[in-house]
Amino acid sequence: MSLVAREVSWAVGGRLVVDGVSLAPEPGSVTGLLGPNGSGKSSLLRLLAGLRPAASGVVELDGVPMPRVGRREAARRIAVVEQDASAETDLTVAEVAGLGRIPHRSGWPSASRADDDAVARALDRVGLADRAGELWRTLSGGERQRAQIARALAQEPRELLLDEPTNHLDIAHRLEVLDLVARLEVTAVVALHDLNLAAMFCDGLLVLKEGRPVAAGPPGEVITEELIADVYGVRSEVEPRGPEGRPSVRFIPGAPA
Amino acid sequence: MRAARGAAAAALGIAVLALSVAVAATVGPAGITVSEAAAVAWSRIGGPPSGLTPIREGIVWDLRLPRALLAAVCGAGLAVCGAVLQSLLRNPLADPFVLGVSSGASTGAVLVVVLGAGGGLLTLSGGAFAGACVSFAAVLLLSRLSGGTTAKVVLSGVAVMQLFSALTSVIVFSSADAEQTRGVLFWLLGSLGGARWGDVWPSALALVAVVAVAVSRARELDAFAFGEDAAAALGVAVGRARLVLLTATALLTACLVSAAGAIGFVGLVLPHAVRALTGPGHVRVLPASALAGAVFLVWVDTLARTAFAPQELPVGVVTSLIGVPAFMFILYRGRPRAQERRVGLGTRVGRSPAGPDRALGRSRHTPMGGAR
Repeated sequence: MSLVAREVSWAVGGRLVVDGVSLAPEPGSVTGLLGPNGSGKSSLLRLLAGLRPAASGVVELDGVPMPRVGRREAARRIAVVEQDASAETDLTVAEVAGLGRIPHRSGWPSASRADDDAVARALDRVGLADRAGELWRTLSGGERQRAQIARALAQEPRELLLDEPTNHLDIAHRLEVLDLVARLEVTAVVALHDLNLAAMFCDGLLVLKEGRPVAAGPPGEVITEELIADVYGVRSEVEPRGPEGRPSVRFIPGAPA
Repeated sequence: MRAARGAAAAALGIAVLALSVAVAATVGPAGITVSEAAAVAWSRIGGPPSGLTPIREGIVWDLRLPRALLAAVCGAGLAVCGAVLQSLLRNPLADPFVLGVSSGASTGAVLVVVLGAGGGLLTLSGGAFAGACVSFAAVLLLSRLSGGTTAKVVLSGVAVMQLFSALTSVIVFSSADAEQTRGVLFWLLGSLGGARWGDVWPSALALVAVVAVAVSRARELDAFAFGEDAAAALGVAVGRARLVLLTATALLTACLVSAAGAIGFVGLVLPHAVRALTGPGHVRVLPASALAGAVFLVWVDTLARTAFAPQELPVGVVTSLIGVPAFMFILYRGRPRAQERRVGLGTRVGRSPAGPDRALGRSRHTPMGGAR
C-alpha cells in the first residue's frame, strides 16, 4: 500500500466538504473520482496530496500519517496537476517542467545533470521535447496540460493526482491526455467529469455525492443507470459497448423516472 | 557552462557598478578625475595620502561617495524587494511599497518632523523606520485575521496604505507649516541628497542580509509561479516562506525609505526589465535585479543632481522620466510575446499609481528642493 485515505473528512466554515471517504488505489492503477460539481473531488485530491489537513480520519503515505511526512518528502512522492493552472510570469516549457525538480534539489540553487535529464525525459514522455524553448502561455490548452504533466513527471513521483486534467480540452486532446496518464508507470488518481472517458481509462472508480462516497469499484460495476440518476439526476442508457466491454453511457433529456 | 556564463555576467555587472560609482563621484561642480577619486578612497582605507586639498577630498569622501553608494544600495534593494514581492504575491504591479511600508514611514517621519515625536531623540529617519515597521505589522495582522491568502495580503497592504496616508494628511493639515510640509514632501519623493556614511552602512548590511535570504530561497520563489497550492505541492512550506520573505523585504524597504525616502519605479519596473533579459528563474533574477537597480539608481541620481544644477530634482521623479522609456524599449525588444501579457496589467489591482505623494494631498508645493 502506498497512498491510502482512511475515513477522511474536511470541513469549510462548518460544512463538510469531504465526509468519511476511504481510498486505497492499487499501485500503478488509475482511479477515477466522479461526482457532480461541488461533490468534493478537488478537496479530496488536496487531502490526498497533504495540501490540507484532514479534519478527521487520516491520509497515509507508506503507513506514515501525512502530517508527519515532511512537505518536501511528500512532494518527492506525490505530484499534483491542478485544473486551470496559470502563471503571471513567462516561463518556457522547459522551465515549467523544471519546477518539478524543486523538491529534489537542496543547498545552493543550481541545476544538476540529474535534474536536466529528468526534465528532458519528462518532456519526451509527453511529446513536448521539441517545444522546450517555447513559452508555456503560447501553447494550446492540451499542450499546456501536457507541460504540467511533464512538470509532475519531473518530480519523479510514485503517485500522480490530477484535478480534471481534461477541462476545456477538445475531445482529441482529452483522449490524448488520459491515454498518456493511463500509460504512465504511476499510481494515478484523476478527478473527471466525463463518465465515458472515466469508464474507458480508469481501472477503478470512486463516486462522490455531497462529499460522501456512494459507489466504488471497477467501471463496469459502478457506472449504472441507477447511479447516474441518483448522483447526477440525469436519465441515461448504459451499455457494455466501450473498449473491453466497458460501460458506455448515452444521456437522455428529461428528468429520471 | 551555465555557471561559467553566470559568473562572467556577475563579474561584468560588478565591474560596471564599481566604475559607475567611481565616475559618479567625479561628476559635479568641483572637477575631480576618476583617478583622484580612487586615490581619495584608497587613502581612506589605508593607502598613501591622496594629495588633494582637504576640501576636495571631503567632497569626494564625505559627499559624493556616500551618496553614490547609498544610491547603489537603494537601487539594488528596491529592485530585489520588487522582484521578490512580485513573485510572492503573484502580482506584476507589486512594488516594495505594496505592503504599506512607505505610508507608514511618511507618517512616522511627519510625527517626528511636525509634531516633534520622540522628544528630539528620534531623527526623521528613525521615525520613518519605526512608522514603516508599525504599518507592516498592521498589514501582517490584518492579512492574518482575514485568512492569510495572497490576495488578502495585497488588500491589507492597500488598506493600511490608505489609513496611514490619511493619518499623515491629518497631521500635516492640522499642524504643519509650509516649510515643514515641503521638507517632508521632498524627502518622500525620494532624495539621496543628505547621504552620509552613517546612512550607507545600515542599509548596506540590510541589503546583504536580505539578498542572501532571498537567493537562498530562490527555488521556493520559482515554485510560486503557479500559485500557493502549486508551491506547496512542490514541497514549499508556503506559510513560513511567505512570512520570512515578506518580513525580510519589508525591513529592507523600511531601511531604504528611512534613508532616502520612497524612490518609486525602480522596484516596480526593473524586475520586469531584468526578467525580460534573464528569464524567470530567481537564481538569476535576484542578483541581476540587484546589479541593474544599483547601476540604474547611481546614474539616475547623478543626473538628478546635475541636470538642473544648482537646483536638484527628487531622484524619484527622474527614475520615472528615464526609466519608463527604457522599460518600453526593453519590452519591445524583450522575449518574444513578453509584451502581450503586460498590456492588460492596468486592470489587475486597484492601486493608483499616484504613489507616496498622495500622503500629503496633491502636490501643492513644487517638488523642487535646494541643491546641496
